[in-house]
Order: sequence, then structure tokens, then C-alpha cells
Amino acid sequence: MNAVALSPFDLAIAALLIVALAGLSLRLQLGVERQLLASAARSTIQLLLIGLVLKVLFDNARLPWVVLMAGVMIAVAGREVMVRQKRRLIGWWGFGVGTLSMFVSSFTVTVMALALVIGTTPWYAPQYAIPLLGMILGNTMNGISLGLDRLTQDAAQKRQIIETRLALGESWQGAISDSRHEAIRVGLIPIINAMSAAGIVSLPGMMTGQILAGTPPVEAVKYQILVMFLIAGGTGFGTVVAVSLAARRLFDERHRLRLDRLRLAGK
Amino acid sequence: MLPWRSSAARFEPTGTLPSLRLDQLRTRHVGPIDLCVVAGECVCIQGASGSGKTLLLRAVADLDPHHGEAWLDGEACSKLPAPQWRRSVALVVAESQWWSERVGDHFERGVDGAWMELLGLPGAALEWQVGRCSTGERQRLALLRTLMQGPAALLLDEPTGNLDKDSTQRVEALLDGYRRQRQAAVLWVSHDPSQIERVAQRRFALHQGRLEEDGFE
Repeated sequence: MNAVALSPFDLAIAALLIVALAGLSLRLQLGVERQLLASAARSTIQLLLIGLVLKVLFDNARLPWVVLMAGVMIAVAGREVMVRQKRRLIGWWGFGVGTLSMFVSSFTVTVMALALVIGTTPWYAPQYAIPLLGMILGNTMNGISLGLDRLTQDAAQKRQIIETRLALGESWQGAISDSRHEAIRVGLIPIINAMSAAGIVSLPGMMTGQILAGTPPVEAVKYQILVMFLIAGGTGFGTVVAVSLAARRLFDERHRLRLDRLRLAGK
Repeated sequence: MLPWRSSAARFEPTGTLPSLRLDQLRTRHVGPIDLCVVAGECVCIQGASGSGKTLLLRAVADLDPHHGEAWLDGEACSKLPAPQWRRSVALVVAESQWWSERVGDHFERGVDGAWMELLGLPGAALEWQVGRCSTGERQRLALLRTLMQGPAALLLDEPTGNLDKDSTQRVEALLDGYRRQRQAAVLWVSHDPSQIERVAQRRFALHQGRLEEDGFE
């Protein structure tokens, strides 16, 4: 069995949902209609383009091209993490912390899965490498941006508590530890929820896609389990690294809380 | 009998005891400030709000980036690890801060029962929930929390700001005893002239970022 091909008209029907939602937002003065439409348009264009890019990449499955593609994906994800922060680290740190942590976690996890688990030849076969990296990156990005957002907000709100602890002679690690734990926990909640609810409340997207495309359900389930674990690993390690790096950056070498290294978004 | 009452320690500055010295200290619009508080001395600072009294204390505690140097006896702030400096030169702020639910969780080394009594707090106070303490109780407990670390110098930012008359006297008595017994250097920011009369050996006004010594009338 093959997937039923979708016509542009079919997609237009689905797009009506977005238009209707935007209308409702306007009516209720929620103020999200512009963002909603823009992001829908953006995702359409991005997906169409990536379809073309993947087609070219699959036809030219060479390592430099795969690496280039992965590099672009990670840079875009890093930027996305940064713009989602209400309070960002100033300078290169704002972009660097998220990007570096995603690089460390997502790349390692993806390469491990490709080389040790799936065992494709060549190991960088783009049909596997790019979608896997994409899924892991997408989720890691969420975890990291939630975790970082929580950490910086918490540090700003609990400034007096943190400085009292510093004044009592605690090290920066001790003074920020509560906020750091909380931030890591918050970053991990979505993936823990997703794993708990998988199959009962929600049928995960990748598995659904494979089933729609005609893969036997049990095969699709195995891949979904694999991907779920990879995502959890990538998100978890990525969030720990990102939150720890950012926590370090919030203090200077004299263990002073440096909220001047954060700026509010839009300023 | 409280420990320091038995010794008739009088205020006598000597070279071996830790004195707090500020050397060209500058932070934002405050300074440069030179000041020496000798061991066992209490120096009060007053000034209009916004004059930078709190900024000055924060710089001495090395909580804000600053220029110049602070010395405790012969040791420069910048040469010591910051946590070690802050345990020796301890800042107590006006609004006490708490992070655990139970009061006792904030006291690593337990608490001196005699001090609790002197501040009018029952021994059971360590079991209290922070959220159920009054502002005044929290402020007195926060002072104890710092004193239990045995700092050689105290930076006090309106330590009796939220206290009634009785509690204020208790806090003043405790700090007076601590200063005499430990020969601690005390830098005390207060806006209450009568309190300054009671506790200070010398007093300064912080005006346009400069310290100006006031004589007692």
C-alpha cells in the first residue's frame, strides 16, 4: 500500500483551520493572529523548500553535503532557542550556549544511533541522518529553550535570594542550585510527558507518518521507540549542558550575580 | 550569663585584630572612598536615599563589580576567594531573604541559644515555617544566621529597619556584645539619628558619593 497523494486543494482545506483560528484571535483580541499566520506561512515555505533540498541531497549522498545540511539545521535551531528567550545572555553567549549544547547532545546522539543502532551504509546516509537529526534537534531545542528561559527568569526574580546566599559565603554553584535544578526539570517535562502518553493519548508523529505511508505498524512502533529514546537522551543531556553553561555565565569569577549579562528581549 | 559579659573587653584597637579598610573604593556614582574601621569599632553611615549607602556596602561585600580595594587586616579582598571574603566581611540587608520552608534549614551550624534568647526568640523558632514568621522575626533570624558564621567584619544595612522599639534595643545589644567580644569591625548604615548616637563611635554622611565625617553635637 502506498500513501494517498495529497493535492494542493487538500492542503488548502486544512489551511482553512489556520485562517479560522486567526479570525477567532482577531475577534477575541488575543493578538496572536499575525504570529499565527506568519508562522503557518513560514512553515509551508520551509517545508516545501526542505522537500526540494532533501531530494537533491538524497541524489548526492556525500558526507560534506550532509555535514553542511546538519550545520545549517543546528545554526537555525540555535537562533530559534535564542529568540524564544525572554531574557537573553548578551553577546555571542545568547546564541552560543544553546547552539553548543545542541551540537554536543544532538550530534552525539544522532551519530551514535546511525553508527551503532541502525547501522546504515554509509553511516551518514541522508535518508536516515537528516530526519533523525531533525527530530532530535526539534525536541532538544524545545527542552533547551524551556530550561534556559526558566533559569534566566528565575535568576532575575530571585536575585535577592541568590545574593543573600552569596553574601552568606555560598559559592555561585550553591547559590544558583535551586534554580538550576528547577530549570533542568522544566526542560525535561515535555519529553517525559510525551513518553508517558505515547501510544495511549497520542500517536507520535513519526510513527503516524510511517503508518500512513504503508509501513507495518510493528515496524513503525520499533522506530518510534528508538526515536523516543534518542530524543529523550538528546533533550536531557542538551538541557543539562545548556542550563549549566548559562548558570556559569550568570556569575563572574568573583562569584557575583551578573544580571547585566542578560537583556530583555526586544530591547 | 552571656559569654562576652564575663570578659570586660573594652574597645582597644590593636594592629593584630582584623580592621576593615577601604582603599579608593568606587562603585557607580559612589566613591572613591577611603575609610578604616578598626577592630571593635562601630562606624555609622547615614545619607539620603539614593545616596549609595547600599551600593557602598555591596561593593565592600564584593557583590558588585567595583574599583579600588577593600582590606580585612592584611588581606586584600581581590586576593581571597569571594565566598571566603564574604564569610569574613558579612553583609546583612534590610529585607531578609529565605529559600527553604523551615527556618532551621538556613542555619548550617545551628544557632546559639543565648543569642536567640537575647533577641527574644524562643528556641523552637528553628522549627518555624518561614512563611509564618513576621517580618521582624525574619529580620532578627537573618541577623543570627549571619552572626553564626562568626564574621570578623559586619556590614549592616538598616538592620533594625522593620523592628519595633523593643526588638531594636535587643538587636543593638546583641550587636554591641558581638562587636566587643569578637572585636569585630562594624559598618552600620542607619537613618535613625538616635540609633547612631547610641551605637556609633564615629559617624559619616554619604553625600554626592563622598563620605563626610560628622562630629557628635
